Amino acid sequence: MIFITPGRQKIEKAISIFLALAIWQVGAMLLDNSLLLVTPAAVAKRLVSLLAEPDFLSSVGFSLVRIISGFLLALVAGSVLSVIAGRFRPAETLLWPYMTAIKTVPVASFIILCLIWLSSKNLSTFISFLMVLPIIYTNMLQGIKSTDRQLLEMAQLFRAGWLKKMKYIYIPHIKPYLLSACSVSIGLSWKSGIAAEVIGIPDGSIGEKLYEAKVYLSSGDLFAWTIVIVVLCIAFDKLFLLLLKKLFVRLEKS
Amino acid sequence: MDIVVSEITKRFGSNLVLDRFSATFPKSELTFLMGPSGCGKTTLLNILMGFISPDEGTISGVPELKSAVFQEDRLCESFNAVSNVRLACDRKVDKNTIISHLERIGLKGSLSKPVSELSGGMKRRVAIVRAMLAESDILFLDEPFKGLDDETKKTTIQYVKDNMGKRTVIMVTHDMDEVKALGGRLITMSGKPASL
Repeated sequence: MIFITPGRQKIEKAISIFLALAIWQVGAMLLDNSLLLVTPAAVAKRLVSLLAEPDFLSSVGFSLVRIISGFLLALVAGSVLSVIAGRFRPAETLLWPYMTAIKTVPVASFIILCLIWLSSKNLSTFISFLMVLPIIYTNMLQGIKSTDRQLLEMAQLFRAGWLKKMKYIYIPHIKPYLLSACSVSIGLSWKSGIAAEVIGIPDGSIGEKLYEAKVYLSSGDLFAWTIVIVVLCIAFDKLFLLLLKKLFVRLEKS
Repeated sequence: MDIVVSEITKRFGSNLVLDRFSATFPKSELTFLMGPSGCGKTTLLNILMGFISPDEGTISGVPELKSAVFQEDRLCESFNAVSNVRLACDRKVDKNTIISHLERIGLKGSLSKPVSELSGGMKRRVAIVRAMLAESDILFLDEPFKGLDDETKKTTIQYVKDNMGKRTVIMVTHDMDEVKALGGRLITMSGKPASL
């Protein structure tokens, strides 16, 4: 077996990123058409100028707050619903059509439908919420259902209350399911939230900037804003999962 | 009040595990259950603990407050020994009491580790302390000393002896030495199906 150190892994990843950028640069130079494919160097230049623009932070703040709100609301609602469904089987049956519909209906259909119901300003919150909800619910429910029956019997025998059962049995068991669900759904919340903004075009959002990039055929802007979205998504993903893991460690040590 | 088990039968599918089994477990006494594997000892404990119901027969006198060392350790693996014991105890049992009990059976130095990092024998002892400190009128012990080396077993048997109090104890064992060391009534269950 070959053991790869974390340091070596980082170097390998850095090399692969560098190679991808080099292929992108060569491809753009060969194509020689900035409308079709802008060079990474030009994107980097545009990104720097973007950071200095006065409405950059407000656009980032607008989308960030709404998309994260949608994700967090879905996390809470999905967790609560999964606990109810795990406890009462009829609730699971009643929720099944909603969760199946949300999972299978195309996000664009929801966005257009929601535009009729809601103002475009809060559309990204609602769409992020809708896309994340079934993932959290399904994963958590699976975790609750597969909780060790023997541990539950033990807790029952010792007359442990629901708070103790949650702390000692359910939460540690659900942990990997929740972390995995969050890891998958954070990316999805950003993708769907930004897609909602591009269709709904709320003023002062990142989606509006992407829409403008499309209208003005500005590949540089499109790529630069895309990088901003990717960085925000990764940063939130890392920070949120780190906090969640710390919370679990604290709970286990308490 | 004695526990009276009368003519109980239990099947799992077509497998008859207990066949009209009857026994009396006197209050505040230790009763051993011995017999070959598969004769229904653990099934009987599970029925008495209320996890499964007999197909036929009646049981009376089982106290409400129960405690047990299960056949498996049934510990919360990511929590340390103190937390695992605390799960089964009410607020009257403080942290220092738990620590002193765990230390008494040789777990000093392993108290802050998650139980997943403890050896099989150490986990067994945590399960024993948990059962001993939980408020109860009856103790079910299903092969509580399995996996313990001779020296540790001796200390642990003494610990159990000192802490049983006036509880009714039903203990499954395959080891006559444990019966001799603890002392009590012995019920021998025959091979399948079990009946006395």
